This record gives sequence, structure tokens and C-alpha cells, in this order.
Amino acid sequence: MMESCVTHAPSWSSQQMRGVSANQMPEMKSSQEVVIVIIINMSKRKVKDDHMPVGECITQVQSILRERFCHQKLPEKPQAVEAQHKHLLELLKRTAIHGESNSVLIVGPRGTGKTMLLKCVLRELLGDKEVQKNMLEVHLNGLLQTDDKIALKEITRQLHLENTVGDKVFGSFAENLSFLLEALKKGNRSSSRPVLFVLDEFDLFALHKNQTLLYNLFDVSQSAQAPIAVVGVTCRLDVLELLEKRVKSRFSHRQIHLVSSLTFTQYLERVRTQFSLPGSFPDAKFAQEWNASVKTLCEDKSVEEVLQRHFNSSKDFRSMHMLLMLCLSRVSVAKPTVNPSDLLEASRLCLSDAKADMLHGLSILELCLIIAMKHLNDVYEGEPFNLQMVHNEFKKFLQRKSNSMYNFEQPVVMKAFEHLQQLELIRPVDASSAKTQREYQLMRLMLDHSQIMEALQKYPQCPTDVKQWAMSAFG
Amino acid sequence: MKYVTRLRVRRVYKWRGQPVSFNRKLKTQDFGSLAISVEGLPRTTIINTGQHILIEGGDEDSPYVARVIRLFGDESGKQKKAAVQWFVRVSEVPAPKLKLLGRESHPQEIFYYQGRGCDDEVDAESILRPVQVKHLDAAAPFPDSDDKDTFYVKLSWDSKTFKTVDAALVESQPAPASSPPPKDKPSLPPSPPCSPPAAAPASRAVSRRALPTPDPTIMRKAASGEVRYSRATMSAGRSAPIEAECLHSATKLSASKCLSAKRRNAAARTPGVRKKLQLSSPEKMIHQDVLSQLLDEDLEQEVMLAQRLSSSPPQTLSVTNSLSPLKKAHRAPGGLPDASLKPTVVINRLSGLDSPPSPTGDEATSPQQQLEVELQTPRRRQNTPRRTVGTRTEQKATTPSWRRETQSLKEPALEVLAEVENENSPVLLAATTPRSSKRKSAQLVSSRIRKQLNLVANQLDLNSDGEDEDEFLPSKKELESSEEDGEGGGLSSDEEVVEKRGRRAAAPRGRTRHMTRSSSRTPRKTPSRKLTPSTPRTPRHATPSIPSRTLAARQPTNVLEEARTRLHVSSVPESLPCREQEFQDIYSFVESKIIDGTGGCMYISGVPGTGKTATVHEVMRCLQHVADVDEIPPFNFVEINGMKMTDPHQAYVQILQKLTGQKATADHAAVLLEKRFSSPAPRQETTVLLVDELDLLWTRKQNVMYNLFDWPTRRHARLVVLTIANTMDLPERIMINRVASRLGLTRMSFQPYGFKQLQQIITSRLNKVKAFEEDALQLVSRKVAALSGDARRCLDICRRATEICEHSAPDPSATGLVGMSHVMEALDEMFSSPYITAIKCASVQEQLFLRAVIAEFRRLGLEEATFQQVFVQHQALCRVEGLGPVGVSEGRAACQRLGACRLLLLEPSRLGLLQRVRLNVSQDDVLYALKAD
Repeated sequence: MMESCVTHAPSWSSQQMRGVSANQMPEMKSSQEVVIVIIINMSKRKVKDDHMPVGECITQVQSILRERFCHQKLPEKPQAVEAQHKHLLELLKRTAIHGESNSVLIVGPRGTGKTMLLKCVLRELLGDKEVQKNMLEVHLNGLLQTDDKIALKEITRQLHLENTVGDKVFGSFAENLSFLLEALKKGNRSSSRPVLFVLDEFDLFALHKNQTLLYNLFDVSQSAQAPIAVVGVTCRLDVLELLEKRVKSRFSHRQIHLVSSLTFTQYLERVRTQFSLPGSFPDAKFAQEWNASVKTLCEDKSVEEVLQRHFNSSKDFRSMHMLLMLCLSRVSVAKPTVNPSDLLEASRLCLSDAKADMLHGLSILELCLIIAMKHLNDVYEGEPFNLQMVHNEFKKFLQRKSNSMYNFEQPVVMKAFEHLQQLELIRPVDASSAKTQREYQLMRLMLDHSQIMEALQKYPQCPTDVKQWAMSAFG
Repeated sequence: MKYVTRLRVRRVYKWRGQPVSFNRKLKTQDFGSLAISVEGLPRTTIINTGQHILIEGGDEDSPYVARVIRLFGDESGKQKKAAVQWFVRVSEVPAPKLKLLGRESHPQEIFYYQGRGCDDEVDAESILRPVQVKHLDAAAPFPDSDDKDTFYVKLSWDSKTFKTVDAALVESQPAPASSPPPKDKPSLPPSPPCSPPAAAPASRAVSRRALPTPDPTIMRKAASGEVRYSRATMSAGRSAPIEAECLHSATKLSASKCLSAKRRNAAARTPGVRKKLQLSSPEKMIHQDVLSQLLDEDLEQEVMLAQRLSSSPPQTLSVTNSLSPLKKAHRAPGGLPDASLKPTVVINRLSGLDSPPSPTGDEATSPQQQLEVELQTPRRRQNTPRRTVGTRTEQKATTPSWRRETQSLKEPALEVLAEVENENSPVLLAATTPRSSKRKSAQLVSSRIRKQLNLVANQLDLNSDGEDEDEFLPSKKELESSEEDGEGGGLSSDEEVVEKRGRRAAAPRGRTRHMTRSSSRTPRKTPSRKLTPSTPRTPRHATPSIPSRTLAARQPTNVLEEARTRLHVSSVPESLPCREQEFQDIYSFVESKIIDGTGGCMYISGVPGTGKTATVHEVMRCLQHVADVDEIPPFNFVEINGMKMTDPHQAYVQILQKLTGQKATADHAAVLLEKRFSSPAPRQETTVLLVDELDLLWTRKQNVMYNLFDWPTRRHARLVVLTIANTMDLPERIMINRVASRLGLTRMSFQPYGFKQLQQIITSRLNKVKAFEEDALQLVSRKVAALSGDARRCLDICRRATEICEHSAPDPSATGLVGMSHVMEALDEMFSSPYITAIKCASVQEQLFLRAVIAEFRRLGLEEATFQQVFVQHQALCRVEGLGPVGVSEGRAACQRLGACRLLLLEPSRLGLLQRVRLNVSQDDVLYALKAD
């Protein structure tokens, strides 16, 4: 997702700039100045009337939708997870207001909105003045805090405990642990500020030695100490099995399961709302037009087909956002609406096979070697092969069928073979390859037949005999 | 490593004089005083009734303080006992109770102990040395002195409250048995001079009289350690001999010895070293007081002081100390001629006292004294070393022979070690590089000595008249001669050699030391290292705490909230139902051990959530209560948890900290604890140690466990260890024989709760708050009992059920009881497997992939396949289902998604198509989930 944003962003901005400068102020040269002027213009115009030039509208559209698709902005209300939202909110509220210690796990496959749910709850929670004044938050991530030592330091830092010097935490692991535990122990339900621990990638914390951190957090949450709420976020459904039994026993066993039980109609609706502009858009007329075009887009048969395919593949929000992001990046001043063709193109990009694309860049010799490997695989049912076998297969082809191809010398073939290995299109069977000569090292092909055939179809100026050879049943 | 060098010096305890009285019934004889001498050392220390003493305890650094009430023994003289009045140190008062004090405690503060439960009859052989104890008014500030051997009493402590205490009670109450004459009133004869001026006058008068008078014979006797003075003349008599001793010894004292002694003494941290010192001459300490007091005085007051001091014998002592290094110069003139000169002179001067009785009264003595004081002045600015200087000198004094000296010389390494430690100021624990400092200081020696001597000389010029100097110089010869006399008899030739060498090496060091302290420019290696460690540590006074909330926590408002609060695992129930038998067993076990003052181990096992820790806590609460009302002796309770430490060895650190409040490294803590639990300590309370999550304390050598179980078997340990772990056969499984054997067979296993018990637990927790239907409770308890018997689980489910009930009610104010449906829902939430829902909600491709996996498994007859194999099936299924062809990337994405939520188990994805796939759910579950779809 992020990658796509990055790759598409430059192209968009330059396009956008061009549009703006062409339409509006050709004399402006520096892009920075352009931006400044646009902003000034915008603020002026907002006051006067709600009609803006197309360029500005497009800029607005881009920024609003990009914020949405890149998950930088939380939705107003989490959809389809009202029950879970309520459960979590109530739970955290009780910690914040009544000082009741709790622990909960949010479990669900990737892209089902776990973090979004938690963030929404926190936003709502902190909206409450009473809570905001009381609650302390500690955010940890299993990918960042890879062991308990680092995690403890991070906790101490975020809590601003007294052994923090500036932004750094000193002292040994043991000292830090006893200090933190002491601090938590000194608190009590009614007088100390509740602490919210958010453990992202919770399953990774369970891999820490002895699960010391988890044990202690859960233990605090089950004893009369400073009130804490431990919220774990994980995508592993078997997360409870990772916990040691004494840790497990201290966990309250509250799990909030998030699954996306979307139907296709809901999915379509979601796409439409995600793509629509909000009512607060400065230029109401443009927004109306845009929303109408989005509506027609979603009703289009081919678009529906594409979306159906995406829906079948994954119900994940992120993949949907990725698709929409690719569409959005094709919107420009010259083409201020989203066409079905944009969506098709975006879908093609999304679904394209990475390895098959790589085959396009190969030389014809390399391609021939791959085809030879494919035949070897067919003949020997996936047994590994070596360079000599491949070369022989290739030579057989040259002798029997080839009109356009000529034999290559062994070193050249060898070089091509090595290139394929570098691209990881083939891979040695065992890692320790130093002992055997390269020609005889056993390899496996990392491509599926379908990928090879697909690549051959698209390969520019592929000799027909090579194609035929690839399609023939036996080499 | 330094802890290993623990040498025990044997002390000999002897009654002094005739029994004061004889108790026919008990066949005991009361004595007026007790003499302690160290084998191999000619010094003796006298303990009288009414005197305050230190008694050997578990902790080297803070021996017990007490006052001797009575000294008695049996007829044969074999058994020596002392009846004492205990004083409690701040560190001995339980930390929570210390709050009752309502103020900061002074480190030297002690409390007059009025509690029972402590045997007030101690073995006289555990007496270490006398100390000074002073009474202060409750409101009076503590004198500003870092004298370690003066204690202050303001309050009494009866293990519950602090009360003000009568001065008479504390300071010098005549012991009933041996009613000493009024002259003895200053209970510590040698100490008065060391007390601040205000306190001194009375005793000063006495000693003033005493000092000039002494007839040389007495002095000499004293010097030879044979002085026997009557009780009546004690204070005077005593001081005189001491002085004499000092003087005498001064001549003989080698610098090295002096230093080493000093160091040893001050190096209170190193148990071994210190021990030896103490043993060697208990009386020593008295003089330390004097000396340190002296040193604390300002320079300006020197003259005044000198006069004052002149009256008080112990000061002489200190003088000798300062002098001691010089003597060495004598012996090895080649080595440090410069340095030796002046000091020797002084010694001579002093030794004059020894031989010809110095003529005049106050005035006559004062020049000497002044001199002495002046000599000390450079040192006065130094802080640490003084004590021992005095001590060692004293020690010397009694020795006619050199044996002791040579002994000490033979352990140069040890001395050096001690020396360095000394420099660290008493609180620092680690003496790191003894050798290096020595060398460094050695280089600086001569120049510094010169400087110092100049300083001394200048001061002499300023403060004293020519007469002084005159007197000063000539006596040198005398000194020499006397010295030789002393030596001639006692030393064999090779001993002498050793001695000389030792002295030469050590003397410069001694000087350096003095200099070091007098000015900051000198390198203070160790301390500086200690003070500025490479990484800034946690701020020393950081108090661990979570900020308190600005708004008060809301109290529960309705029945359900109330129930929820009560059902929270953290809320401590009034009693623990269903664990009566276990409670009784543990209680009686611990109680009997406490009453008997013995030790023992107990192993408690049981699955999580069966109330092990809670029961033990409950037992301790009850016992504490019983102890509070005096039915059993008081005890300490220490709890550690294997999960709450980062390393098994941290256990020592935590135990030590909770027992004494000290912080130490793991190794050091182990040594200290070992010491504490293996040394006899008459006043030690029983310690109950709870070790939770015992299995986490496992180490390869199992030394932590070994120690924990070995300590209770020690005779003086009085340690009861309760260990808790989950597995019943932990001792057999992970412990090696010698550990398991020490753990013993006192085991208890907590069975999982049955459904009736769970029901009872919930009911008792709810305590008449009517929130649940009876059936609902039964359902929960039956369900949990069938699954795990974990009470925590049970409580959590009930809590969740109340929430569900609250939310399901249309009107929050009109919520009914928690019924079956709510409980069912809660149970479902907690026990239902997420897999089936997850499969049901997976995308079409993911479901197809799962199907393909099963199809491939069936085809292969294995429970494992590569992605490529499954993908072939997948594509086929797609065709069957009428979906468009699926690409490899797409298929792999579906596979990875399933792998991420662990519906599938995958090999690392870099293997690409060859990645092997397994199901993490049973095939039946998958088929069930897909069919229902």
C-alpha cells in the first residue's frame, strides 16, 4: 500500500503541477511558489463563492482521498464492528473511570480493522475530559520492542517514571523491572492514574524469554495495584496457545474477534462511500459531480466484475484501498473523473504476477533455458535438475526444431544460468553448494507453468518455434 | 572475591576479678566485668556491666546494640552469659513500621527495645566490643557527626509503637547485679573524651586528674596488658592504661600496620576483613571514637581542643596513631628519611610519658597534648581512616611482643584491600583494584610526606612555643631505645625482616592516605570511580510511583457494578473459602517453625488459579496478626517471585533488599545472605520466605535453589521457605538430588476447584450482593470446573456476564439479575474457537485454497504438501467453481493470509512455490465451516 503511494505520488504531483501552471499561472516557475499561491487563492475564494477552478478541486480530492486510503485519517465511525466497538469502549472506560484493571485481546486476520477499531475507541475515549486527564498510555509494538529489556525501557520512557533521564532510561534490566513493578505496586485502584498498555503484534511478545513482561502486566491487572488495561492486538488466532499456562491464567480471556463478514453488495457500497467526497468539500458542485460519477462507475458491469474478483480474492480493506489508490492516481485536471478503464488498469496492476513480469526482461536464451527446465520438470515430475541437463534439453530443441535459434557456447549458457539463479527464478536444492561443480549443482525451478506460458504470450518478438516448443507436450 | 578472604580470629573471653555474687540456686556467679582478648594479640578489652556493647549478629555491618545488665557464668567458668537490654537499630525496625516514626531516621539512631520475644540472655562470647550510646531528647537534633560508633537514643520501640524514653534508662543505669560505684557512671570509661565537648566535662575532670598522676608503674603495667584496676577507679584507671598502651605501642607501630588496621576496621563492608579486626581487639573501637571525634574538630579550635584533650587519655592514643608511620622510618632510615623525622620526635615526646612521669599538672601535660593535636591536624581534615588508626595503635599498645604486628604484616594483600575499601567511604561495597592504588600512592609518597611534615612543623611553630620543640626533639632517643627494648624480646630475626619490608611498603601508603584526605587534589581513585560511574544510574532517590489521578475513581453505582468490583480477581476476599485444610496445614507448619525458632521448607504445587499464593498470603496475614497481639514471636515475611525477576540470581538481591533494605549485586547479596543465615544471631527474628514460581529459579548448577533450601537447615538461620510452583513433581523433574533432598518432603498440592467450591467462592465474593441467578452461577462453575478448575477464569466469566447483562438490558437502570443467557454468551465468547468463524468469514479464494489443501492432503495421503501441489488443486477448483483463472501471486497471497492468522502453518515464504503447507485446524473443522457456508 505504502509503496504504491510512494511510487505514484511523484507522477501525480508533477502532472498536477503541470495542469495547474498551464491553466492558471503560466508565469510561475518554481513549484513552491505555485503551491503558496494556490493556498492563498483558495482561502480567498472560499470566502467569496464555492466555485473553484478544476485544478484546485482535483488537489482537494487527491488530498482528501489519499488521506483516507493511506489510513492517515480515521473514519468517523467504524463500520460493521459496532458491538466490538462498544465492548472495547466500555472496557477501557471502566479502567479509566472506575480504575478497574482489565486485559483484552483484539484478534482478527490482517486488514480487518483491528488497529482502526482501537484507534477509534481511543479517540472517543480521549474525547472525554475526565478520561483525558487521568489516562496514561503506553504503546508497544512487538516488531519494535523485540525483547523485554527494550520493552521495559520503552514503558519507563513513555510513563515518564522517575528513573528516566531526559529521554533515556538507564539502569540494568533487573533494576528497571523492579522499579516498574514497584511503581505499579505502590498504586492502588482509586488513587493512581490508570495506565493503558497497547501491545501491537501481541504474539511477538509471547516469544520473549519467560514471557516476563506479559506475566507481570497480567499479574498487575489481576491484583490490587495501579489500575491498568492491557490491550493486545494480534492477527494470530492461536495466540492463547502461545501463552504459558500461568500467564494464560492471569489473562482475563476477553477476546474481541474481528472478522470481515462483508457481502459483495456491502463491499460495493464500501467502495462507493470510500470514493465519494464528503459534504464538507469546499466546492459543492464539483463534489456533486464527482459523487455522481463514482456512482455510475460502481454500477458499471465491467467495474463490478473487477471488484467481484477483488472481493473474491480478499475482503481486506487494505487491498481495496490499494486498488482505489491506483485509480485515484490516474485522476488529473485533464481527466477529472474516474473511468471504468482506470479501474481495470488498476486492477491489472494489482493482480499482475510479479514473477511472470520478471520473465519479460529475460534474454531469449534465458527464456529458452527456462522452457527447457519446464520440460525437464514435466518429464521427471519435479525432480531437481542441473545445468548440463538443461543444456542438453536445449540442444535437443536446437537440433530438432529450431529455425531461428543457434547453439550457444557452454560459458554463455552458464552465464545465463547464473543470471537466472540471481533472479531467484531457480534455486539450488541445498544451500551448501560450494562442493559440487556449478554445472552439476542440482536446481529447482521456482516458476509455475502458468507463469511461463503467460510470460511467453507477452514476450515481445518471441520466435514462433520457441513458443511452439514451450507449448508442446514433450521437449 | 574479597568476601572469600574471611578469616576468623579466635577471641578469648575471661572473667575479670572475683565474682561479685553467687546465686546458690542457679549456681551462677555474677561478675563485674569481662575481658576479651584476641588470641595472638596481647590486647584485652574490658566489658563492664552497664556498658553498651555490640553483639555479633547476622549482619556484619550492623551488629546488634545492647547494654550489659549483668554478666554471669556457671561455677566452672565455662559458660559465660550476659543479660542485656537490647537496642534496635533503624534497619532492624520493619520498614512499614518505620513510618510511625513520622520523621527521617538518623543512621546512627537506635531505639530502646521494649518488646518481648527476644531472648535477653546472650552468650558472652558473641560480644564484639563496646560502643557509645547517648540519649537525646525527642526534640533535640542529632549531633552532626559521622562517627560510626556513637549511637543516639531518642525513643523506645516495642515492635508496635515508638515512645519517648527516659535518659536514665538508656545512658547509664547502674546494673542491678554489680552496682558499680558512682564514679563508674560514665558507662564507657574510654569514651567520654570522644563525646562532644558539652558532654565531656565531668569525665574530663576525672581523667584530668588521672592523667598527670599516673605513676609509671601503672603505666607500664598497662602497657604490658596486665593492668588490673579496681572497679572503683575504673574510669580513671582505665584511661590511663590505655594511654600508656598507646604510647607504648606507638613506638612499635609500623605504618603499614597502622594503616592496615585502619583500613580493615573501616572497611566495614568486607565482612571477612572486618570480622578479623573486630575480633582482634574489641576495645579498639572505643578509641576510634575518640579519634574520629577529634578529627572532626575544626582546625581553629586546635588549641582549645588540645587542652581539652590533654585531660582525656584516649587522645594520646590518636597521637600515637599519627605517629606510627614514623617509627618505621626509624627502622628503615634509608627508605624515607624525611618523612620519618618529625613524627618520631613526637613519639619520643610521648614516650616520655611512658618512662619518666611527666612532671606537672594540667599545664605540663598540655604541651604534649598540643603537640599531638597538631600532629593530627593534617589528618583531621581527612575523613575516613582515622578510626582504625586509633584502633591498631591500641592494639599494639598492649603487646609487649611483636607477634601481632608481624601477623598483620604477613597479609599485605589483605591490608591493601582493606585500605582501598576504606577510601571508598563506608557505604561503598566494592574494593576494586587494591594494587593499583597502592602503587600510585607510593609514587606520590615522599613529596607528600614532606609537605605534610612542613605543615606540621609550621603549625608547631605557630601554636607552640620553643619549649615544646625542645621537648619534642630530645625524646627521640628515648623512643628509639624503648622501641628496641620492646622488639628485642619478642621478635625473631626473620620476623623482623618481614616486618620491615612490610612497613616500608606500607608506610608511604599511609602517608598518602592522610594527604589524600586532606586535600582534594590527590587522586582518589576508587571513590571517584564509584561516584561517577560510566553510565548515569537511576537517580538515587527516584521513588517508583505512578502519578496519582486528578479525578477520583468513580465508585460502583448499581448492583451489577458492585458485583463486578467484588468479582474482580484483585479484590481481596475476607476469607478464602474451600482452602481451609490447606490453610490449616500451612498455618500450623509456619507457626510451629516460628515458635520453635527453627527453619524448614515446604513445597506447594497446583495448577494456576487454585489459590496457592492467595492462601499463603492469607496465612501470613493471620500470623502477622497473631504476632501483633503477642501470641507468637514476631517474624519477617519476604516474598519473591521467579517471574518478577530477570535472572534467577536476582533472587538474592531481592531477598536481601526486602530483608534489610540494602542494595547489592547478586554475588554480594548471596554472600551477605549466606552470612546472615549461617551466623548465630541471638536476636534474629524468624524469616518466612515465600518463593513463587519456583521453577523460574532453575539454573544449570541449581545453586540458587540449593541455597534457598540449604539455609533453613542451618542452625541459626530461623528461616522458613515456602515454595510455590505449578507442577506437582517439580522436585523430581528438574532438581538434582542434593537440591531435592534439601527441599524435603513437606509437600502440599492444591487440587483444582470442583464446581461446588467454585460456586462457593463466587457466592462468598459476592457476599450477599444479589446479582446472579442461582442456575447461572452453577452453570459457570460447572463449566469451569470441567475445563480447568481455575478460579480466576470463573471470576472473569462472571464479570463478563454482568457486563453482557448490563448492555443487553434496554434500560440501564432496570437491569435484572444475570441469567443463564448472559452466562452462556460469556462462556461462548471465552471458550468458542475462533477458527470456524474465521474460516466462514474468509474470502472466496481463501476458502478455495483451504479446500485445495484438503483435497491435496487426501490425494497424497499426507498432512503436508508444497504450495505448488496445492496450487494445482486450487486452480482446478477455481475452474470448477466457475471463477476466473487465478494467478500464482494471487494464490500465494491467499496462502500467506491464511498463514498469518495461523489457519495454515507455513514454512518461511522465501521458499516460494516449494513452501510446505500444513493445516493448523482439523480437516473436519474446515469442512464443517465450509459446508455451513
